[in-house]
Amino acid sequence: MIGKVIGEIFMIIGGIFMFLASLGLLRMPDVYNRMQTSTKAVTLGAMSSILGVGIIHPAWLPKCLLIIIFILFTNPVSAHAIGRAAYRTGVKLWPGSKCDKYGEYLKEEENA
Amino acid sequence: MPYEIHGLMPFIYVGLIMLGVVFSLIRFLVGPTAPDRVVATDILTTITTVVLVVLALFFDRQIYLDVALVYAVLAFTAVVAIARFLEGGL
Amino acid sequence: MKGISKWLYTAIVFLIVWVALTGTLRWDELVTGIAVSIILAIFTAHIFTTEGIKNLSPKRVVCGIIYFFPYLIWQMIKANLDVAYRVIHPKRPINPGIVKVKTKMRSNLAKTIVANSITLTPGTFTLDVKGDEMFIHWIDVKTDDVEEASKMIPGVFEKCLMKFMD
Repeated sequence: MIGKVIGEIFMIIGGIFMFLASLGLLRMPDVYNRMQTSTKAVTLGAMSSILGVGIIHPAWLPKCLLIIIFILFTNPVSAHAIGRAAYRTGVKLWPGSKCDKYGEYLKEEENA
Repeated sequence: MPYEIHGLMPFIYVGLIMLGVVFSLIRFLVGPTAPDRVVATDILTTITTVVLVVLALFFDRQIYLDVALVYAVLAFTAVVAIARFLEGGL
Repeated sequence: MKGISKWLYTAIVFLIVWVALTGTLRWDELVTGIAVSIILAIFTAHIFTTEGIKNLSPKRVVCGIIYFFPYLIWQMIKANLDVAYRVIHPKRPINPGIVKVKTKMRSNLAKTIVANSITLTPGTFTLDVKGDEMFIHWIDVKTDDVEEASKMIPGVFEKCLMKFMD
C-alpha cells in the first residue's frame, strides 16, 4: 500500500516534468533552446515515471531499471546528434544569443 | 497483484501526458525547420515509451515492458539516423 | 595482450546485458548467453572499446555507481527545476549562446561521460567535441571566457570524475 502511494508520487512528478518539457518545446524561440528545455526534461520525467511503475510493481523493477538505464544512455546521444545536425544544416541561433564560438571555430577551420 | 485504478491520480497523470503529446504534435506540425520536427519526434518517442510502460501497469501485462524496451531501441536508432541524414553523412 | 583484454571486457558487458534482458539465471539460458556473447565479442571488440578490462576494475565500478551516479541525478534534478522555472516564467528569462570549454579528461571514455553528463543536465548541451575542446550551447550564458566556463560547466563533473578515472 505504501509502495503504491510512493510510486504514484513518482509518476505524477514524472508527468509534470514531461508536461513542462513539451510546454518548453512550444514556447522557446529556436531549435537549440527547445532542445535545452525539452529533450532533457523529458528524460528526467520518463525516468521518474518508469521508476514509479517499478515501485508499484516490485516484480517488474529490474526490467524497469533496464529501460531507465537505456533511456539515460541514449537520450543525450540523440540530443547531441540532432543539435549538431541542426547547426550543420544552417539553422540560425536566436538573434538574442550572446556569443557563438562554434561558428567562429568552423569559419577558422574553413579558412585554414 | 494487479494495479487497481481508483482515485484521481491516474486521470491527472494521463491528462498531463495527453497535454504533452498535444503540445509536441503542434510543434511537429508548425515547426519552421526540419530539426524542429526531429526534436518533436524525439520527445514523442520518449513519451511513447513511458506510455507503454504505464499501459503495462494499468492493464497488468508484463509483455508490454518488453515492447517498450524494443521500442526505445528502435526509436533511438531512427532519431539518430534522421539526424545523420540531415547532416548529410548517413 | 591488449586484444584479449578488450575481448574479455566486451564479452562480460554483453553477458551482463543478456542476463538483464532474459531476467533469469537458469543454466541453459546462461550457457546460450555465454556462447552468444563470446561470438559477438570476437567480431565487435575492436569497435566496442579502446581501454579493455581496465574499465571494469572494482574501483571504477563501485565509485561510478555509488558516487558519480547519485551526484549526476542530483545535478539533473537541480538543473531541471531551474529550466522549469524558465519555461513557466511569462517573460521567458533566457540568455543563450554557444561557448567553448576545455576538458581535462584524456581518455575517450571519460570524455564521453563528461559530454553526456553535460547534455543530461538541462541548460547546457554538447554540440561538438574536437580533441579536448567542447562546444556547448548554454541557455544562460554567464561568461564567454574559456577558462571560467570550463570551471562552471564540465568542472562540476570533472571534480567528481577525476577521483576514480584519470
